[in-house]
Amino acid sequence: MTILALENVGKSYGNVHALRGVSLSVRQGEVTCVLGDNGAGKSTLIKIVSGLHAHTEGNVLLDGSPVHFGSPRDAQAQGIATVYQDLALAPLMSVWRNFFLGNELRKGFLRMLDIASMKRICAAELTKMGVSVPDLDRPVASLSGGQRQCVAIARAIYFGARVIILDEPTAALGVKQSGVVLRYVVKARDAGLGVIFITHNPHHAYLVGNHFVILKLGRVVLDAHRDELTLDRLTAEMSGGEELAELSHELRGADPGKVVPPASVTPGSVT
Amino acid sequence: MSTATDVAAARDDRVASRPLAARVLSRPEVGSLVAAIVIFLLFMLVAAPFRNVANVGTILYGASTIGIMAVPVALLMIGGEFDLSAGVAVTTAGLSGSLLAWNFGLNVWIGVLLSLVLAVAIGAFNGWLLLRTGLPSFLVTLGTFFILQGVNLGVTRLATGNVASADISDMDGFASAHAVFGSAVTIGPVNLKITVLYWLVLTALGAYVLLRTRIGNWIFAVGGDAAAARAVGVPVRSTKVGLFMAVGFCAWLSGMHLLFQFNTVQSGEGVGKEFIFIIAAVIGGCLLTGGYGSVVGASIGALIFGMTQLGINYAGWNPDWFRTFLGVMLLLATIVNLYVKRRADLR
Repeated sequence: MTILALENVGKSYGNVHALRGVSLSVRQGEVTCVLGDNGAGKSTLIKIVSGLHAHTEGNVLLDGSPVHFGSPRDAQAQGIATVYQDLALAPLMSVWRNFFLGNELRKGFLRMLDIASMKRICAAELTKMGVSVPDLDRPVASLSGGQRQCVAIARAIYFGARVIILDEPTAALGVKQSGVVLRYVVKARDAGLGVIFITHNPHHAYLVGNHFVILKLGRVVLDAHRDELTLDRLTAEMSGGEELAELSHELRGADPGKVVPPASVTPGSVT
Repeated sequence: MSTATDVAAARDDRVASRPLAARVLSRPEVGSLVAAIVIFLLFMLVAAPFRNVANVGTILYGASTIGIMAVPVALLMIGGEFDLSAGVAVTTAGLSGSLLAWNFGLNVWIGVLLSLVLAVAIGAFNGWLLLRTGLPSFLVTLGTFFILQGVNLGVTRLATGNVASADISDMDGFASAHAVFGSAVTIGPVNLKITVLYWLVLTALGAYVLLRTRIGNWIFAVGGDAAAARAVGVPVRSTKVGLFMAVGFCAWLSGMHLLFQFNTVQSGEGVGKEFIFIIAAVIGGCLLTGGYGSVVGASIGALIFGMTQLGINYAGWNPDWFRTFLGVMLLLATIVNLYVKRRADLR
């Protein structure tokens, strides 16, 4: 079931077209990987879907009807949560305060923070993820990179996200910590969420992805299901350039409907 | 398998739980509390009048006039911004209340209310301009600092032909307004000004809002990482404008005390006070970079200020050195805070 779909979405900043004609769909219980090198338009794509920026062309469809997210709060209210590369955690705030930031639990006549419940829930959710934080009052800055990612992901899942967008969650992590995060991605998928996994690492993408979209210079250059790809091909696609047209041709032979031609990108024009 | 081993397995065995002492020491106001105790003991030893209970009222009064402003300034700093116009805004509030009532022959209470609107509007303007331009608050409020300083002097001279507002003690409503903003009660040998009450209430309210409400969580977040806060749905703009308006409100309260205590306001007053509020907040553990700090700490900073100001006098030392002392305190506080923050990051 498709939860969120993008149809020919584009975004211009003045005369710079950061993103053009991007179509992709996010299905329940699937991981859609968006790959691309630096400057490919991945961040712009996230900003549109998470409500930070408005798109200038095309449609964003949520459950089939077009939406415009006015703010991140708006997108969140409709079940779209984003875990940013820079984590969206305030480093000097305690773990539990960060976990509930923007969604604080309150009680009583004075609308006081319900600190006891928040700490209890936070501890339970983190334990579920296999993260152990002995003191939830510690500042987030004292956690490791992987733990911080897990706090951010646990938070998104706890607050009822239907679609979770992970912005390069493994980019700054070591091998083992990346493994922890990838395991979490799978957990989110199995919990029935639609996952958008943004990365520039085809190895990590191939481990967890169901569907792969490669962006290059703001356009989609490959849109393929896992069955149509091998890791080698995905890696080759990522490195782009010479093999691009050839590989796309080859794949189009397999199933023309599922492959977007590499539009105006000609061999050699991409470095 | 017993539950105990499950728990042990779930935990990373390199991470021990923090000892109580470490948790207490990593609170932002600890440095200021230690400093306050040291300074208190020092003056108890060297200054005989400091030991006189009757002088408690005087010391608390000095602390309260700083503390009323240090509380909102600390909240604003935790929210990641400065307000250099806070000192002269107090004078602006006092002058506007006085001049409006006097010039138009109104009941002073109308002047008091108009002054409240103006003071909060100045705060809102600071916040709005900051968000509108994206300039650092240091520059924006430095601008309003100079603007208000000039307006204070210029308007006062236009209205009264003098550099101070006219005496309003014979006007309608003065007695009741004086009771609200300038009265005092005597408890035993101690004469307590009403500002002490306001200071304590503001401190309690500020600490409550900061630590026990959703808005407090937002204040920490917009100061710690505004982009992160916005991304999880915190209304960053309203939070910041609200903080500037809180400074405006407290500037109004201070300005009203100034007016009804002395019946007249000097238009050149207030310059330099903004730094004293900031120093109190920094001594109390607020980081200049925002996202960390304490309201109670800022009030302890104000108390340190009050004790030192009078303690130096009582001890018979040359008061010329007061500012030097203040500077040394500021440097020490900053170094201690930096050290504590580094350790908190490590633990």
